[in-house]
Amino acid sequence: MTTALKEWPLWEVFVRSKQGLEHKHCGSLHAADAAQALEMARDVYTRRQEGVSIWVVQSKDITASNPDEKGELFDPAADKIYRHPTFYEIPEEVGHM
Amino acid sequence: MSAAIDYLLHLADNALVLGQRNAEWCGHGPILEEDIALSNVSLDLIGQARLLYQLVATLKGGDCTEDKLAYFRETHEFRNYTLLELPHHGPLSGYAQSDLDYGTTIVRNFLYSALMALLWEALEKSANADLAAIAAKSLKEVRYHLRHSRDWLVRLGDGTDESHARVQASLDHLFPYTQEFWVQSPAEAAAIAAGIGVDVTTLRADWDAIVDAALAEATLQRPAVGGYVTEGKRGIHSEHLGFLLAEMQSLARAHPNGVW
Amino acid sequence: MYTQSFNVPDNAGGKTVPLAPSTEDPVLQAAFDARIDADGRIEPQDWMPEAYRKTLVRQISQHAHSEIVGMLPEGNWISRAPSLKRKAILIAKVQDEGGHGLYLYSAAETLGTSRDQMLDGLHSGRAKYSSIFNYPTLTWADVGVIGWLVDGAAIMNQVPLCRCSYGPYARAMVRVCKEESFHQRQGYEALLVMMTGTDEQKAMVQDAVNRWWWKCLAMFGPPDADSPNSALGMRWGIKRVSNDELRQKFVDATVPQAKVLGVTLPDPDLKWNEERQHYDYGQIDWAEFWETVNGNGPCNKERLATRVKAHNDGQWVRDAALAHAAKKQAREMRDAA
Repeated sequence: MTTALKEWPLWEVFVRSKQGLEHKHCGSLHAADAAQALEMARDVYTRRQEGVSIWVVQSKDITASNPDEKGELFDPAADKIYRHPTFYEIPEEVGHM
Repeated sequence: MSAAIDYLLHLADNALVLGQRNAEWCGHGPILEEDIALSNVSLDLIGQARLLYQLVATLKGGDCTEDKLAYFRETHEFRNYTLLELPHHGPLSGYAQSDLDYGTTIVRNFLYSALMALLWEALEKSANADLAAIAAKSLKEVRYHLRHSRDWLVRLGDGTDESHARVQASLDHLFPYTQEFWVQSPAEAAAIAAGIGVDVTTLRADWDAIVDAALAEATLQRPAVGGYVTEGKRGIHSEHLGFLLAEMQSLARAHPNGVW
Repeated sequence: MYTQSFNVPDNAGGKTVPLAPSTEDPVLQAAFDARIDADGRIEPQDWMPEAYRKTLVRQISQHAHSEIVGMLPEGNWISRAPSLKRKAILIAKVQDEGGHGLYLYSAAETLGTSRDQMLDGLHSGRAKYSSIFNYPTLTWADVGVIGWLVDGAAIMNQVPLCRCSYGPYARAMVRVCKEESFHQRQGYEALLVMMTGTDEQKAMVQDAVNRWWWKCLAMFGPPDADSPNSALGMRWGIKRVSNDELRQKFVDATVPQAKVLGVTLPDPDLKWNEERQHYDYGQIDWAEFWETVNGNGPCNKERLATRVKAHNDGQWVRDAALAHAAKKQAREMRDAA
């Protein structure tokens, strides 16, 4: 085994804080395999009843968008204000819509 | 009532002594994540001990408290399995010093958790409702301890040549101590008769199945047993418990009138 | 949990030295500066000046090292805790420190330095950690005083770091601070209870306060005038409040707490200054502080050797887990084929 492999891989941890809510990223940890990552996530990130469900994924398996492309990726959405309900004026007598 | 007290003390002392041992890893684990995991195991066990001691204190009445039971009883009054008081390393005399060996810790936690996963489940039906409630809570905890120690047993057994040899040695060292599980003590017999306790021998086949399946997966050999059977639950301990208690009780005993 | 409020160069063997001027791309640098000025956050994949990255890795890893070395002085009393309740509290507390170390190592890893690299820095003696943990815990009261004063000082430091410019560090600190108030409160409460006890117990508390007070004041780092890098840290939004300001805040908050507890703080110069609306306090022994930072305190060698031993003794366990994961994966691939 080469020295580069001596360190346990890094995992990202996502926790669902209660039934009905989405899993949220809460941190990372080192573990030798997925089963161990789950157990360690339970011990590290839910000591104070923070969760009812855990996902783990190896950090290297996450593909992230490039911050340099932030302009072309996200700015074009800025002027599509007609996507938002508040763009439309409805007579008051219609009530909630 | 005395039957209940002796039996509850056996369960409580098991939890406290093993909790004390597991806490020895806090700050010294093989990786930070494991320090945290073993601290959780220790906290569960100390929590179980406290509930059981509190129950005993209620039954005894007077000025008995959980801390009086934990800190002011003598070594021979402790009723835990000898297995649980041993240090985290191979066979050495009581005052001999050695390093913490993770394999020993894992094997011990596994052998005990496999028993308690069965025993707590059976104790959910205890005639003592308080004990049944403690059993229900403890069962969830011990199932996780079993999972944690079993997973590690498999990793160490089926890991490197070194880890395989080390964990097999730990198993060879500790396995004979499990014989004590199956020899009924007078306190157990009385508790069974009163409907409070469970006859552990009825759990033996299930325990064997849990152990054998894990050992097979871990590519480890089940050691032959025989010879001396320890009697910790009757108050006859190894040399190690005296040292463990001397340390644990020292501060409380130095200040018998202290408040903490 | 305990940050070093100062950021010591790991191998300069002493006082902080100013950083060299930037040689970064001026366009990228300008965009970075603008974001910092607008109180924006920097995320792992964003461009950042090398000096910012290096400073962060050093500061966060020193902080993480402080957490895990900080497990040892209090861990020293777990086996002897005088009641089962206090034993459970202390285990949970020391365990939390381990968790904080873990969150912080993870935050530093987003900057491209692995945990093993950081641990190597610690174990080889190159990296620093908070000097407070190089003092011994001599009695049970030390456990309470560490919670009250050391954690109290750390909280002063850490709350502003929740707004630090580097996203992963700030998020780790939010998590840490949430858990931290338990630490300070349990320590203070343990002391309150002891002060209702026997004369020996009260004396034990006072003795612990006497031994830890000045060390806690020094935890905030050298006076602002002697901290050239502090200014840069402030500029970069990785330090929000100056050493002296934090120290003053700590003194002001602690004096009334000591009064309620019924202990005296060991400083004859400590008195309320009506004009400043703050407490004045005496001279800190900076020579002793630097001696300890640089390896010559009472427990430096013991703390470090203990960490190195735990790591080395754990190597076979970590290797086994990796080897098993590889075997299992190979078996699964073979079965799937």
